[in-house]
Amino acid sequence: MIRPDAPILLEIRDLHAQIEDQPILHGVNLTIRAGEIHALMGRNGSGKSTLSKILAGHPAYGVTAGTVLFEGEDLLSLSPEERARKGLFLGFQYPVEIPGVSNLEFLRVATNARRQHLGEEELDTFSFEDLVRDRLQVVQMDASFLDRSVNEGFSGGEKKRNEILQMALLTPEVAILDETDSGLDIDALRIVAGGVCQLAGPNNATLLITHYQRLLDAITPDFVHVMAAGRILRTGGKELALELEARGYDWVDEELARLQPATPVEMS
Amino acid sequence: MPTLSPLPSRPSALAGTSWIQALLQACPASLATLEAPQLKDRLAARLALESTSLPGKREEAWRFTDLSLLTQIPPRPLEPALGSTQTQASPAPHSWRLPLDAWPEIGETTWPEGIEPLHGPELEAQLGRVLAATETTNHWSVLLNSAIAQPVVALRIRPGVRTCLEVVSDSEQRSGVQAHRLLLVLEEGACLDLLQVHQAGGPSLCSVVVEAQLGPHSTLRHGQVTHGPNHGVLLAMTAVNQAPGSCYTLTSVCSGWGLARQEPVILQSEGQATSQLRGLHWVKDHQISDTHSRVRFTGPEGQLDQVHKVVAEAEGRSVFNGCIQVPREAQRTKAAQLSRSLLLSDRARIDTKPELEIVADDVRCTHGATISRLQQNELFYLQSRGIAAPQAARLLLRGFCEEIVSQLPSASQSWSPLSSLLQAEARP
Repeated sequence: MIRPDAPILLEIRDLHAQIEDQPILHGVNLTIRAGEIHALMGRNGSGKSTLSKILAGHPAYGVTAGTVLFEGEDLLSLSPEERARKGLFLGFQYPVEIPGVSNLEFLRVATNARRQHLGEEELDTFSFEDLVRDRLQVVQMDASFLDRSVNEGFSGGEKKRNEILQMALLTPEVAILDETDSGLDIDALRIVAGGVCQLAGPNNATLLITHYQRLLDAITPDFVHVMAAGRILRTGGKELALELEARGYDWVDEELARLQPATPVEMS
Repeated sequence: MPTLSPLPSRPSALAGTSWIQALLQACPASLATLEAPQLKDRLAARLALESTSLPGKREEAWRFTDLSLLTQIPPRPLEPALGSTQTQASPAPHSWRLPLDAWPEIGETTWPEGIEPLHGPELEAQLGRVLAATETTNHWSVLLNSAIAQPVVALRIRPGVRTCLEVVSDSEQRSGVQAHRLLLVLEEGACLDLLQVHQAGGPSLCSVVVEAQLGPHSTLRHGQVTHGPNHGVLLAMTAVNQAPGSCYTLTSVCSGWGLARQEPVILQSEGQATSQLRGLHWVKDHQISDTHSRVRFTGPEGQLDQVHKVVAEAEGRSVFNGCIQVPREAQRTKAAQLSRSLLLSDRARIDTKPELEIVADDVRCTHGATISRLQQNELFYLQSRGIAAPQAARLLLRGFCEEIVSQLPSASQSWSPLSSLLQAEARP
């Protein structure tokens, strides 16, 4: 839902970043307002996942220039946990398995950290169980998932559903979903997409990183961005994704060649 | 450059030989409560010990294990308890607790159904039998135990036992030496949960030898929860002989001791049995935790699943030597051994060594060892959900331990083994 007067939730300006002295982002600009759903597409290695990890505060990446404002506040100065508590959520492409840590305990601790930030009362074990059972319906998960270790032995689809369950519990202002559709069968994709649609509202925003139109058939984006060589090369509406599906990415090389030497692409 | 914390002081340590001789003098050669077979072993062990010193660096099995802490412990029997100061929690339901400190005075107690004490010729037939079969009779830690131990708790386990047998020693703040001996004979088809708890708070040695003979198709679920102080020493030998079809699981959780040496030795005398070993050792300060395990298959189609975990912080040191012996007759053996260590400090040290002796050609034996810090990707995942780094680290450590602790017999819950492990942990 595009509302030009909606508050800006996330504003990325000329973001440059590297990992181990290897520059990866070369000036990313992106503005996300409340209520919007953005899709970020592009070839493997174009910098999509790097952008998501930098926004979440992954320690392996270093920002060399640029700013990121989250609800007007400097996001880059915050620790990963502060970002999450303030309402930034990253759905992992490869959710991490943590043997021995119960999913239920993990979800409760995470939910309470967020609730504490929102000034809400922390939930004891019993109240949390009521809440989590309610949220399980969003992703049609069985309660037995709660008793298992975090993501351990979960199938690809179960891991992604567990990510959306976390999103449902943490109610973020901005959710970045990094290839949440990868490795999902048709039913799991429908469930995950349905969950994301349920959670999207006028006061939050979603950034979907994906390769495939099939996810965007289920979740209609307001904006589609194409990323290449560490910057956003083109922005359009949902029809841009259809065009990519038809044409592929060959045009990207031509456009990049015209842009040499690298200069940031301004976004409206 | 990290500063090393001062080494513990070493007050009036005796040389190894003098310490042993002083201990033998302080412990009577005979006790009225000892039955003949144990007395015979005791005298033989004393004779053997008199001419030996402490094992040292020249012996491969003790190469990394400095026993000098032992010689700082007063070489005399543990001081008597001053009244009832024990703060143990009540036994869990379906658990039957035997306080070893009060043994053998309570020897005439009523045992749970299916558990019967062994005496006379039966005791003579069984005592030392598993030690002999596992070739551990003359191990130094066994000799020390045999030379000074309290009367053995010798029990026959018949099928149908429904209680968990909890054997407990707690030397509290007292100083000195205590030695306990346990002998279990599981009949065919018998099943038992055994929980051993050994706690200490003073400068003391806790020596424990457990012998277990598992009859065909019997099951022993064995838990050990041991916690001691920086100036305490634990020497624990567990010798098990398994008949075909039997199942033995040992889960050991150990923390705190200045020196803890644990030696589980399993023999599958005719193969076709199942053994599972789980160990979790937490070392810090200048503590040393040393596990030397040996599993030998002398028949076909035996199975072993072993996981040894260590958390090492400060200047703690862990030694693991996991020996698996698969001679020619042990065809189609399946054995897996994994050593996983978390190194939380630059000054902690881990020595881990698998030792696979495989002669049979149709076997599947795997082994692996990992030594790492907390996984950054796991920490980041938790942080990205709003969990602060220290709390995330605690959750990961807890998870690391929980995998082992959760396999202790359920009666261990009343000892809160996980909480006692985690409460004293330093922040990584």
